[in-house]
Amino acid sequence: MSLVFAGVCSHAPGITGRAERADPELRDAFYARLDEMRERLEASRPDALIVIAAVHFANFFMNNMPAYCVGMGASYYGPIEDEEWLGIERTEVPGNADLSRRLIESILPSIDVAYAEEWQFDHGIMVPLHFLTPRYDLPVIPVNVNCQGPPLTPLERAYEFGRALRHACDAVPERIAIVGTGGISHWPATPDSGTINESWDRDFLHRFLRNRREELVAYSDEETLRDAGQGGFEIRTFIAVAGATEGATGELMFYAPIPIFAVGCTVATMAVD
Amino acid sequence: MSLYYVQKLMYQLNRDEHVRTRFGDDRDSLLREYQLTDEERSAIVDGDIGLLYVMGVNGQILMHYAAMIGQEWDEYIEAMREGVRRHGPVRAGLYSMLRDRTA
Repeated sequence: MSLVFAGVCSHAPGITGRAERADPELRDAFYARLDEMRERLEASRPDALIVIAAVHFANFFMNNMPAYCVGMGASYYGPIEDEEWLGIERTEVPGNADLSRRLIESILPSIDVAYAEEWQFDHGIMVPLHFLTPRYDLPVIPVNVNCQGPPLTPLERAYEFGRALRHACDAVPERIAIVGTGGISHWPATPDSGTINESWDRDFLHRFLRNRREELVAYSDEETLRDAGQGGFEIRTFIAVAGATEGATGELMFYAPIPIFAVGCTVATMAVD
Repeated sequence: MSLYYVQKLMYQLNRDEHVRTRFGDDRDSLLREYQLTDEERSAIVDGDIGLLYVMGVNGQILMHYAAMIGQEWDEYIEAMREGVRRHGPVRAGLYSMLRDRTA
């Protein structure tokens, strides 16, 4: 089979952990769009969900940092953070080790991915799952892209990783869904938490939804750091989804800066056949 | 400066219950396993979030350490701001490359 669903959403820990402090109207509108994304995901009848997330130093550290890592566990646990802090209860999440292995084997001719049989999900995966697979009954295959500890993988490679992932999905009989999750501009967990460059975000989303590779990979890291903060490096997760859906365009379901969530909250899907 | 080891300790505190237990019961012995300066050691022991931020500890690690020692979100943000006021701009790591937006 192939890719049956592709989308992107935000994952900031405040989305669940500081929910009561957000403007209720805006928060509930955002949650409603995430729920609509869940409905679309379920309607695609996926056998597994690949979550392309950003490294937050939960599983990987600067002693041995993979540029890309794909999970190959039978199951995973999360959140690694304090349950009360994140507002999500700790749970087991099913994986599919055999499917992971076949996908990784297909990716390796193009991209030197690492793999991990153990993985504790942090907010970068748990927050999306909380909304998209709230019963934790869909096998998940986690992917991390190092967006946090430079040197970082170039944007062109993030796009290529997405293409390799798509090729791998096309080679297996299962129906696969992909969700990329990252912030666009943001300065999370710093004194500038809550700062959001909305015009930069909207310009990036415009490029993403049109899925024009040259426009997406045109940013230098210096420009991103200046205009979108260190959190902006997470555009790699969106760019990987663009690579996985090359030729398709997207639909923006929601975008609004919610400062207490420290990010421009985003929900979008890409049209896949 | 041994920012790497300060962050490594916090990375392990954040993900390993045994390290957290040792941090409570056997702290001196645990800290000797990391190459820390005196300033780093005391910032960790004192829970000086502001100084740890100025030293360059990544917020993805530091925010969980702050939560572990009981700081609420607003206290954590304020502690980093106070750290910059007291000790000057971030000295190393990713954030030392950022424009100072709080000035």
